[in-house]
Amino acid sequence: MPDVQSTVLEFVNKLRKRKIEGSQATAKCTVELLRSVISQQRVPHSNQASALIDAVKAVGEQLVAANPVELAVGNVVRRVLHIIREEDLSLATAAMAGLDLLDASDDDGEDDNCKGVGYSAMSAAVAAAAARSTLRPPSLQTLLEGTPESAAVPYTSSSGADSESKTADKSSITRKLKHDVIEGVNHLILEISGCHEQIAEQAIEHIHQNEVILTLGSSRTVLEFLCAAKEKKRAFRVFVAEGAPRYQGHLLAKELVARGLQTTVITDSAVFAMISRVNMVIIGAHAVMANGGVIGPVGVNMAALAAKKHAVPFVVLAGSHKLCPLYPHNPEVLLNELRSPSELLDFGEFSDCLDFGAGSGSPLLQVVNPTFDYVPPSLVSLFITDTGGHNPSYMYRLIADYYSADDLVM
Amino acid sequence: MESRRNPRAVVDPKVRQVGFFTSSQPDSTYQPDPIASESHPVVSSISPSGNSLSPVMIPPPRHNSSDTFPLRAAAAASAVSPSSFSYSTRRDFPDGSMTASPGRVSRASFSKPSSSLPGVGMDSMAAAKSSSVPASGLTTVSVVNMPPGLSGTVTCFKVVDLVLLDSQCLVYQIAEKESDQKKNSKPLKEKTTKAERRALQEAQRAAKAAAKAEGGKAPLVSSGSVASTNVKVTKPAKPSSQKNDVAAVAAGPSEKKGGQAEKDRKKDAPHPRMQYDDESRVVKAKRRAVVKQTEAKNRVELFRHLPQYEHGTQLPDLETKFFQLDPMHPAVYKVGLQYLSGDISGGNARCIAMLQAFQEVVKDYSTPSEKTLNRDMTAKISSYVSFLIECRPLSVSMGNAIRFVKNRIAKLPITLSESEAKAALQSDIERFINEKIVMADTVIVKHAVTKIRDGDVLLTYGSPTAVEMVLLHAHELKKKFRVLVVDSRPKLEGQLLLRRLIKRGINCTYTHINAVSYIMHEVTKVFLGASSVLSNGTVYSRVGTASVAMVASAFRVPVLVCCEAYKFHERVQLDSICSNELGDPNAISKVRGREDINYLDGLTNNANLQFLNLMYDATPSDYISMIITDYGMVPPTSVPVIVREYQKEHSLV
Repeated sequence: MPDVQSTVLEFVNKLRKRKIEGSQATAKCTVELLRSVISQQRVPHSNQASALIDAVKAVGEQLVAANPVELAVGNVVRRVLHIIREEDLSLATAAMAGLDLLDASDDDGEDDNCKGVGYSAMSAAVAAAAARSTLRPPSLQTLLEGTPESAAVPYTSSSGADSESKTADKSSITRKLKHDVIEGVNHLILEISGCHEQIAEQAIEHIHQNEVILTLGSSRTVLEFLCAAKEKKRAFRVFVAEGAPRYQGHLLAKELVARGLQTTVITDSAVFAMISRVNMVIIGAHAVMANGGVIGPVGVNMAALAAKKHAVPFVVLAGSHKLCPLYPHNPEVLLNELRSPSELLDFGEFSDCLDFGAGSGSPLLQVVNPTFDYVPPSLVSLFITDTGGHNPSYMYRLIADYYSADDLVM
Repeated sequence: MESRRNPRAVVDPKVRQVGFFTSSQPDSTYQPDPIASESHPVVSSISPSGNSLSPVMIPPPRHNSSDTFPLRAAAAASAVSPSSFSYSTRRDFPDGSMTASPGRVSRASFSKPSSSLPGVGMDSMAAAKSSSVPASGLTTVSVVNMPPGLSGTVTCFKVVDLVLLDSQCLVYQIAEKESDQKKNSKPLKEKTTKAERRALQEAQRAAKAAAKAEGGKAPLVSSGSVASTNVKVTKPAKPSSQKNDVAAVAAGPSEKKGGQAEKDRKKDAPHPRMQYDDESRVVKAKRRAVVKQTEAKNRVELFRHLPQYEHGTQLPDLETKFFQLDPMHPAVYKVGLQYLSGDISGGNARCIAMLQAFQEVVKDYSTPSEKTLNRDMTAKISSYVSFLIECRPLSVSMGNAIRFVKNRIAKLPITLSESEAKAALQSDIERFINEKIVMADTVIVKHAVTKIRDGDVLLTYGSPTAVEMVLLHAHELKKKFRVLVVDSRPKLEGQLLLRRLIKRGINCTYTHINAVSYIMHEVTKVFLGASSVLSNGTVYSRVGTASVAMVASAFRVPVLVCCEAYKFHERVQLDSICSNELGDPNAISKVRGREDINYLDGLTNNANLQFLNLMYDATPSDYISMIITDYGMVPPTSVPVIVREYQKEHSLV
C-alpha cells in the first residue's frame, strides 16, 4: 500500500511538472499505475466492485487534478472504471443467471446436468449482453437483441450442486473479479500500445501514389501511418510545418527522412500558401472531444481552416485513449496551456525598453504561447481510430462504447 | 528590345496558322514548315521581274471572332482571288506544297476560276495543282498567291487554306510567308498595306500568346489542338524569347517608344515572368549574369519555376568583383549588395533605395558620343535592373517604379539639353518618392487612424511600415488601444516592430502565428501590410498574411490592408505557388537563439529532405474587408479601377 501511494505521488508530480509528454505515454503510465493500485487494493468480501471503483477514483482524481489539460489521464481512469463496472456486472449477471437457471432447473430439472461445462463461457456472453443493455443507452442492436435474448439463450445451466457451495463461490467470485479486472486492464494496455499499428494498417486506404500530404506537430501515430503507406510502395511527399515555438515538426521531419520519405519542411506561415497543392492534411490529435472537436498542437486550427477553404480532406488520427467523453466548453482557453514566453522571446531581451517604474502597474508587454488549438468538428473530414474511420458526428457514439455514464463526472 | 518588332517582320519567313484545327489530324493536314522552306527557294528562283501594279493581299482574318471566321475567310478568299488575277502577276504553287496537303480539295467555286485566270507573263501552276489534289469532297482549298513584286527580289505570298472536314469541323489555315532579300527590305516595308501590317501585328500577337502558353505551361491555352498547333507553327518565328530574360521577374518594364507602341503595351497583358524551369532561358540569363550563383542542390520540385540558389555564396563573390564591374554604378552596386545581405527589406525601403541609386546614376550620367540620351539611359537602367534582380527578385513596387523611370526617360523631349534632361529626371524621381511613397503613407495614416477607436485590440502581422505609422499616429492622438504583434519564423520581423512600439509606450502582446486562432477572440481589427495588391483584389504580402486574414475572417474580425497605390499591379494571381520568392532554406533548419532545437543538423544535404522558405503569399480578396490606400478606403473589388486610373495618371505625369 505505501509503495503504491509513493508511486502515485511520484506520477502526480511528474504530471504536475509536465515531465511526461504526449498523450500516449501519459495514458500508458496511468494504466500501469492503476493496475498496480487495483492489484494492491485489498477488497472486502461484500461490495468489492465499489471498493475498487472508489480506490481507482481516488487516485484518478489526484492524477486529473495534477494535469487537467492532459485529457488522456481522465480517459484512462474512466476506462478502468468502466472495466471494473463491466466485470462486476458480468459476474453479477452470471450469478444471477446461475440463480435464475437454478430456479428454472427446479421447475424442469430434466436437462440440468447435461452441460455443466458450458457455464462460464456462455454465462459470460449473457452477462456481456446484459451489461450492454444496462450500461448503455438503447441502441438498435440491443433493442433487437434484448428481448429475444432471454428466450433464445439455451438453458445452459450449472449443476444443481452449486447451491450447496454458494458461499465458497462468493469468495471465488471476489478473486475472480479482481483477476478479471486486471485482465481487462492488461487488455487496455495492449490496446493503447498497439493503437499505432491498428491505425497504420488503414494508411493504404487513404494515401495514394504521388499524393502530397501536409502534417504538423510531432505525432508517433502520424509517423507510423505515413511509414505504413510508404512500406506498401506508395510514393508520396510530405510537407511538415515546423510548429514554431516547439519545433516538433523538425523532429517529425527528421524521423520521416530517416525512414526514407520525401519530406519538405515549411514554415508555419506557409501553410496557407502550400495548402492548394496538398491532397490531404493528416494530423495526430491530442484529444478528441465527444462533439467531434479536436484538440491538437497549436496551429492546427489554421491548417484546418485553410484545408476547408481549399476543400482538402482534414484527417485526424486518434487512438482510443484520446477519445474524451466530455463536451468542450470554450476549449481554446479552458483546455489549453500557456507555455513559457522564453520560447518566443529571450528573457531580458526587452528589458531595456520596458520601463517598470512608470505606468499603471500592468506590464506593457505580454507574451502568449499556447500549447494547444481547438478544431471544431465542422472542419474535420474524418477521424481514423483503431476501430476504423468515423465521421465527427459519430464520435459521441463511439465514445459511449468505452465509458460508462456514471463516470463522466469524477 | 525595341528591335523586336520591326526587323523580324521582314527578315524571318513567317508561317501562321489560325482558327480551328480538328484534333483528329492536326499534323497530317498541313505542315507548313517544310513547305515554307521548300517553296521559298522555288518562288524566289522563278519569280521574274515584277510587272504587277501593286501587291495584293488577302485581308487577314480576325481571330478574335473565331466562330464566324471560316465563313468570312472563305468570302474573303473568294472575293480576293479573282481580283488578284486581274492585277495579276503570278501565282506560284510549288508542287511540294500541294502534295504535302493531300487531304484537301480545292472547291471549284474558288480555285477553278482562279486557276483559269492566267497570270500575266507567268505560268500558273494552280490548275495543275488543283487537279492533282484528290477530290474527297470534304475540304475546300483556295490558294491564292500574290507577289508584291516590286522587283523580283521580294516575294510575298500567302496561302490560304480553307479545309472543310465536315460540317462541324472547319479547319482554316493561313500560311503566310514573307521572304525577301535583305537589301530590299526597305521598299517592302514602305509598300506594305495597312492590311498587311495588321496581319503582321496579329501574327506577332498570336506568337506572343503562344509563347506565353508555352512558357507558363498554362493548361488553359494549350488545351485545345488549336493552341498546340499554333505553338508549333509560331515556334520558328521566335516570338519574344529574348524579351523576358531581362525584365523577367518583376513587372516587366517594357519600354517602347512612340505612341503606337505604347498604346500597344497598354492593351497587352503584363509580360510573363521568367520561368526558371525553362532551361534555355536560364542558360541565357546565366550567360549575362553578373552574380554567379550556384544552384541549390536540394531543390523543391514544386518550385522549379523559381530561382533556387545557394544562399550566402554570392556576397563575397560580388564583393571581390567590385572593380571588375566597371559598367555598374557604385550606388546601384551598393544597393544591390544591401538587398543581397538583407540589410534593406520591405517594399518601400527597397523601392526608395533603388530610386535614390538611380538618382545618383542620372546625376553622374553623360551621354556617350553617337548615342542619344533616351536610348542609352534606358539601356543602362535596364542593365542595372537586371543586376538588382540577380541580387534579389524585384518587388512589384520596384517594378512599378522602374516602369515610371523608364517612361519618364522615354518621354523626355528631344529638345532638352543633357543637363536639363538630367535635372528633369532627377526631380521626377524625387517627386515619385515624395508623392507616391511618403505622401501616400501620410494619407493612409490619416485614413486609417479614423478606424481606430478607444478600447480597440488591433492585430498586426510581421512588420508593415504603413501599419506601424498608423499605430504610432493613433497613439500620438491619445487613443487607447492594445496591439497584438503576431510574428513568424524565420525572419521574426515582428520583434523589431514590437521593440519600436514598446519604446513609444504602446501596450503590446506578442505571439507567434500558430497561436493566431487562440488570440483572435479578443481582436477587434486586423491591420495588415502588403507587398502588392493585384487587380483581382488578391493581396500579395509577407508569407503568413493569408493565414492571419483567413483566421480573422473566420472569427468575423474585419481585416484592413494598408497599401500605397503605387504597389498596385494589373497582374492577377490565384495562389501563392505560381510566382513567389524563395528565401534561404538554411534559415529554416537553424533556429536562431535556440540551441536545443538541433534535430535537423547534418541532414541538410539529405536528398529526401528539402526546406522551403517561401517569402510571400497571396491572400484571397474575400478575406479582406477594406484596402486603405492613398486614394481612400476601398473594397478589394475596386482595385482594378484604381490600377487603371493610376496608370492613366502615370502616363500623364
